[in-house]
Amino acid sequence: MPSADAYDPKSVAGKTVEPSERAQVLVIGAGRAGLTAALAAAQSGLSAVVVDENPVSYATMGEDVPLHYGQGMSAASRNGNAAMEAFVASEPLIEQAFESGVDLRLRTACWGLYSPGPGAAWLPGTVAGLTDGERSWLIGAEHVIVAAGRRDIGLAFPGWDKPGVMGATAARMLAARYGALEPRRVVLLGTTAEALEAALAIQAAGGEVVAVVEQATAPVGPADLVAAVVEGGAELLLGHVVREVLGASVEAALVSAVDVDGRAVGEERRIPCDGVVLGVGAVPVIDLLDALGCATAFQPERGGYAPVVGPDQRTSIRNVFAVGDCAGIWAAKSRDLAVADAEARRAVAAILGDRGGAGVEAAPHAVIPEAPAYDIEAYRLGWVRASVVEARGEPPVCQCEDVTARELVEVRPPRYLGWTQERRNDRSLRALLGEGLPHPDQVKRLTRAGMGPCQGRRCREQVACLLALQSGERLANVPLASHRAPVRPIPLASAGQLPEAPAQAEHWDSWFGMHAQWTPFWETPARYTVATGRGSGPVASE
Amino acid sequence: MEEARGAAVVIVGGGVTGLSAGWHLAQEGVDVLVIEKGMVGWEASGRNGGGCSHHHSPLFLEEQRLWPMMDELLGYPTEFQPKRIRLAFSDAQMTLYARAMRNAERQGFRTDVLDRDDICELVPLAGDNAVGGYFYHFGGHANPHRTLQGYAWAIEDHGGRIWQRCAVQGFETSGGRVTGVRTDRGIVGCDHVVIAAGPATGALSAMLGQEVPMAAARAEMIVTEPLPLMPYGGVDGNGLYGRQTLRGNLAYGGGPHEWLQAEGEAAPPKPSTPLMGAIGRRVAELFPKAAHARIIRSWAGVIENTPDGRPVIDRLATVENATVATLSSVGFGLSPASGRAIRDLVVDGACGFADISSFRLERFADLEPNWRDLQGWKARAAEEMEAA
Ligand SMILES: Cc1cc2nc3c(=O)[nH]c(=O)nc-3n(C[C@H](O)[C@H](O)[C@H](O)COP(=O)(O)OP(=O)(O)OC[C@H]3O[C@@H](n4cnc5c(N)ncnc54)[C@H](O)[C@@H]3O)c2cc1C
Repeated sequence: MPSADAYDPKSVAGKTVEPSERAQVLVIGAGRAGLTAALAAAQSGLSAVVVDENPVSYATMGEDVPLHYGQGMSAASRNGNAAMEAFVASEPLIEQAFESGVDLRLRTACWGLYSPGPGAAWLPGTVAGLTDGERSWLIGAEHVIVAAGRRDIGLAFPGWDKPGVMGATAARMLAARYGALEPRRVVLLGTTAEALEAALAIQAAGGEVVAVVEQATAPVGPADLVAAVVEGGAELLLGHVVREVLGASVEAALVSAVDVDGRAVGEERRIPCDGVVLGVGAVPVIDLLDALGCATAFQPERGGYAPVVGPDQRTSIRNVFAVGDCAGIWAAKSRDLAVADAEARRAVAAILGDRGGAGVEAAPHAVIPEAPAYDIEAYRLGWVRASVVEARGEPPVCQCEDVTARELVEVRPPRYLGWTQERRNDRSLRALLGEGLPHPDQVKRLTRAGMGPCQGRRCREQVACLLALQSGERLANVPLASHRAPVRPIPLASAGQLPEAPAQAEHWDSWFGMHAQWTPFWETPARYTVATGRGSGPVASE
Repeated sequence: MEEARGAAVVIVGGGVTGLSAGWHLAQEGVDVLVIEKGMVGWEASGRNGGGCSHHHSPLFLEEQRLWPMMDELLGYPTEFQPKRIRLAFSDAQMTLYARAMRNAERQGFRTDVLDRDDICELVPLAGDNAVGGYFYHFGGHANPHRTLQGYAWAIEDHGGRIWQRCAVQGFETSGGRVTGVRTDRGIVGCDHVVIAAGPATGALSAMLGQEVPMAAARAEMIVTEPLPLMPYGGVDGNGLYGRQTLRGNLAYGGGPHEWLQAEGEAAPPKPSTPLMGAIGRRVAELFPKAAHARIIRSWAGVIENTPDGRPVIDRLATVENATVATLSSVGFGLSPASGRAIRDLVVDGACGFADISSFRLERFADLEPNWRDLQGWKARAAEEMEAA
């Protein structure tokens, strides 16, 4: 008779996950907020490990990881050492962190965060998956501060997949941190504070912003930033969109005016340029947090989907905090580093409190986002309507899987299936959705939009906007397409280096390893009891 | 929102089992309504490996007969690809994998035993590390997402209805019959009810006085970026199940599962874990020439299991007009056949094309009440979790 307190040997029971190192505080992201948190932690006597994937290699940038670089990096960024020097020199806190004994690891990406909880009860605590490009390993952490920053919303129009079309955050990163922005004359799309700051960085680096194209009838970003960019030589084209980018790589942008419905009107104008910068919106990078299971919500005052954080920047998972842009993006925060600093210090003070410490770190006041200066839902929908829905031709919305807006809203099977049999009914999005809200994951499963190696970084907000436009729902009501680990692609061989408990290897089976399950039906007994039917010995599930 | 109009047959659960049953019924003109608490195929049915090679099952012949026709029958693509290759990396694996060959041979299907040269030719991503393998001239694999939506759309094409985001909370009975299904949209009348609610089938059947013994577990899969297509996508073995998709991605799973605490109304949580690495290593062993391929996603699904891992497709003894159906963790591949068996039970009272007596509930009459503990199918206790 089997014992009643033994666990199923084929289950996770006893297959301990052993991280190869441990940290009191793991900080993910060595931007301003992450470094401030790490320094505050170190000053309070906590041991902090900080990881950041940057400066990523030229090849990785070429894959639009982690930002939409759009092949806009100059040859300067091919030299890994030079890129590292430029990256370190452009953020004084890096030097300071090294000097303060912070264990700062650049070129180290975090691809997954895992915490024990319902459905994953056997994890030994919070662990993070790291990789340096060659090796992958796990680090255990008592507290995690995610400071993963922001990324740009993609925006399709004919030619947006050409080299030289890039995100504003990517352009700013190349201009301000690497000195490696290839385009010299760019057209900027969007007038958000984040877009305008990127324009100023481009101008400061000696680049020219020839035009700022804005679909809306008035700029949405701060007036002084608009003025500064115009002062720097940019022409402001309100009520306009880019209709097409010409050239093998960007040679010119065709722009035209649009009416209130986003339809192109009047003459098209050709603006010579060698780069197009997408500044339609910056969003918090929440991939790790969402894949971990932290609560998120569409929060317009935080720039879209953002983690739900308390006044201490604590997420719904107690020992996990979000600080800096990944916790929310708004104009005042984008303009004043003190805001991110305050978030970082609040998080560290909360960690000290959790550890029962006296709180060496005095906590600044909680950071509350300002009310949004514009309706980000309407703004983003406006851009997608005018640029994507009204596009001439059918540009891919999902570049990885080559899916157009029409294929997406008609929920068409991917072209490689060659499915022509359009038999009975109309199989539109409506038919898929019934009376419910559209879910981007459903559309992703059927059309493959967002299923490629870029993991939806360039298309997920556009897809959400398309679903909102098509269904007449508010953008805020469109659920978040799920994020999944690994949030950075990891080679099989590298992931395979994670340690494995001997018991796991010993009991490994493709499925449940049950004898009774695979007994062919012509041999199954009439009755099943555990005592008589369970079987023993080697088994391979079928 | 549609008013709670009744249906001849109400099916609880819009997973692959309920949808296939709904499709078989609807295509005969039966008025069916599938009620799904989330979205169709959102649970195990949309998260599985897509394998269709169940040679141990009485539904095998029908599974094999129907799959090659499914695109045509449904009117939507399933991405079904016939045949399966299984590679062994130890003599023990080679021996164990021979069972499929014996089972299939008995039912009239051929298998070739592969040597290294054959493997090189048939599996371009393989290396020279396999000790041998099998080419099963049966089985195959399909795309679960597309198949699930295909079933759902085909039901609607035949006039059936599907309510998503509507949970069944209980049943109305009278005179030994189920007269209606209680939902958050009101009571829905029915002449027959089919409970095909995956892991929740146990709790729902218990409401009608006869519980299907079940437990739920979580299991994981990974998928890589696309690679050039191999001549046969259905290549697995080495303790893995899975396939190369028609897009070229390698989608594989295997390894330990996690037994879960019975959940209430909410959809069960299903996080993925660092098991990804251990699966990845075995995929790299299976396909050394793909070791560089990058994993781009991992996910988990919650799986239903009966104590012996075999299906239950049966009429409940406690009421006249209720059918329960669970395929116990291998329900995707068998779905074209399981739906037909359910249709037979509902319409004819017995399965007319296969002997499914081994699926009867009666076999658990002597089951130990503490079978979950005896089999060690236990979730780690909450207190333990806190302490850890
Ligand atoms: C990772 C993984 C790999 C797998 N690989 C394979 C494979 O290769 N081949 C294979 O054949 N099988 C495989 N399986 C198993 C297969 O997916 C399942 O056996 C099958 O999907 C079960 O289908 P189902 O419809 O019975 O249950 P489910 O898919 O669980 O569907 C049940 C549905 O009922 C709904 N429901 C529950 N309660 C209620 C309620 N009260 N009211 C309304 N609705 C309710 C649920 O929301 C759910 O959608 C795999 C499973 C997993 C998770």
